Amino acid sequence: MSQLVWNGLFVGSFYALVALGYSMVYGIIKLLNFAHGDLYMLGAFIGFAVLGAAGGVSAGMALPLLLFVLVLTMGVTGLAGVLLERVAYRRLRGAPRLSLLITAVGASFALEYGMRAASGADPRVYPVRLGGTSLEVFGARVTLQQLALVAVAVLLMIGLNLLVTRSREGRAMRAVALDPKAAALMGIDVDAVISRTFFLGSALAGAAGVMAGAHYGKIDFMMGFLIGLKAFTAAVIGGIGNIPGTMLGGLLLGLLESFGTFWLGGEWRDVFAFGVLILFLTVRPTGLLGERVTERV
Amino acid sequence: MTGPGDQAPTGAGPDSDSDSDSTTGTPTTGTPSRGIPPRRTGPRGAGPRSIASRLMDNRWAGLAGLLVALLAPFVNATPYALSVMTSAAIFVMLAAGLNIVVGYCGLLDLGYVAFFAVGAYTSGVLSTRLGLPLVATLPAVLVVTVIAGLVIGAPTLRLRSDYLAIVTLGFGEIIRVTANNLDVTGGPSGIYGIPGLTGGPVSFYYVTVLIVALAVVGAARLGRSRLGRAWRFVREDEDAAEAMGVHTYKVKMAAYVAGAIWGGLAGVLFGAHLSAISPTSFTFLQSALVLMAVVLGGMGSIRGVVVGAVVISVLPELLRDLADYRYLAFGVLLIIVMLVRPQGLWPARSREAAQ
Repeated sequence: MSQLVWNGLFVGSFYALVALGYSMVYGIIKLLNFAHGDLYMLGAFIGFAVLGAAGGVSAGMALPLLLFVLVLTMGVTGLAGVLLERVAYRRLRGAPRLSLLITAVGASFALEYGMRAASGADPRVYPVRLGGTSLEVFGARVTLQQLALVAVAVLLMIGLNLLVTRSREGRAMRAVALDPKAAALMGIDVDAVISRTFFLGSALAGAAGVMAGAHYGKIDFMMGFLIGLKAFTAAVIGGIGNIPGTMLGGLLLGLLESFGTFWLGGEWRDVFAFGVLILFLTVRPTGLLGERVTERV
Repeated sequence: MTGPGDQAPTGAGPDSDSDSDSTTGTPTTGTPSRGIPPRRTGPRGAGPRSIASRLMDNRWAGLAGLLVALLAPFVNATPYALSVMTSAAIFVMLAAGLNIVVGYCGLLDLGYVAFFAVGAYTSGVLSTRLGLPLVATLPAVLVVTVIAGLVIGAPTLRLRSDYLAIVTLGFGEIIRVTANNLDVTGGPSGIYGIPGLTGGPVSFYYVTVLIVALAVVGAARLGRSRLGRAWRFVREDEDAAEAMGVHTYKVKMAAYVAGAIWGGLAGVLFGAHLSAISPTSFTFLQSALVLMAVVLGGMGSIRGVVVGAVVISVLPELLRDLADYRYLAFGVLLIIVMLVRPQGLWPARSREAAQ
């Protein structure tokens, strides 16, 4: 029981990290960035490349090195997200929503198969594998490294929340999300704010990618597809566009999946998750903490 | 067979009211009237029309295409070529179906292959388990695909359009994973020994081409009907449509279910063509390729979509050496088309916009 809860929270913290980028981008330009899951994949591969370049890693140094790689990867993935927005999305901001969505699908496709062309279709084995010592906490088996990863995820989320709610930058973001035109009239550089939002969201996805690579040990070019869907589900559960809600949604989805797997068997896990998504969209489309969104005409 | 013509209540008169006539008759429609700013996604560019576009708008273009398809086996009838051509025809039908949903009604369906799978599996299971001939499974296929369309459409079509996109994506995965896990669908190895519709590959090709031609014409007629006008109204401005008394939910549902039927019937053809189906045939990649065909050809333009589908399905056969890069190229192409030419390579020339 407590093992299920822990597994759920652990996976849920990954979902939450990826879902945050989804949610922030949606909150600010009302775009479902289908390529977001692929930024997670990109992060995993960038981390893979950096770790490979660093050469051999001794077991004791694995965690500090991983943290360093994490920060580096976040920067690079964030820039990739900014580039994506600049190249593919910015020019279409005023275009019909359908064009923007299709562009996002194209971007997702291009990232996936670009990575496939660059690194091959076979899964790669991550050079750092976090396994090792486990503790018993309330009857659940927990490894120290899992704890470290969750701690990193929680720190990142707290940092993001502070940034958005307390800083000047965050205020600008919230202003643009609320009303881009009014924000522009108040002297906010809307393009720059949107770029920064993409940077933050993509950086978080990249961090989640490295962490997932280190935890599961294997990465491949399609790894972002499913997690993108799951992250969207998490964002919807919590309330898309709402940052605390999205974090909650991620953890909740992790828990639901963990218990769903236990009851129904692992092969039905994804069906269960999407079933929850459809249920939520039917019963409470605004999510748990989301506010009612009215479509502007 | 599909009887789509019956569903078009009015407005779809004889051929004389096809969109090509009205545009060829008014050569100056390219310049929008003064005072109305030219729209970005407007149906046509300004300036005189090229010979190519006049040729393509010719009302006989569709028949010419059919003729080419019918004569193709006389040029090359190797089993490989026939198989490629049959697949292309089935793909055209899929694209015509998705065009109803995405092109006419503006609903982005990213899990369209789910209906394809539902059709293929329904007919496959019934024909192999119960020993029914394939034609006898058609009523069941229709019922099941319509139910699938209603089940997925009912909760999501009330929501924002972009939610629909991702829910359909999830739905596509659900269908694939379910087919992978159930025993009745044969699990990961799928279903073998699905009976064909006809004796040989050549006759099957002709049957396929005829069915697909009917489906394409049916979709086009549907698009020009009263319902089709409602679809386009919803696509252009849902709130205005609602305000003018269009029941947008019902209209969107009609588009979605029509798309489901087209996809399901294409699935039956697919099963009959390959005689074996497995979950790997119904991945997101397939959905994305159909979408690609629709977008590339021109959303809402049936001729463009047919050409787009033929290109998308035949091109990979010609570019076998570039297999690693072709999907990358598709993705990039999708972005470029949206940035540079969102109306597609061969856009629809709508009568409403031309006047």
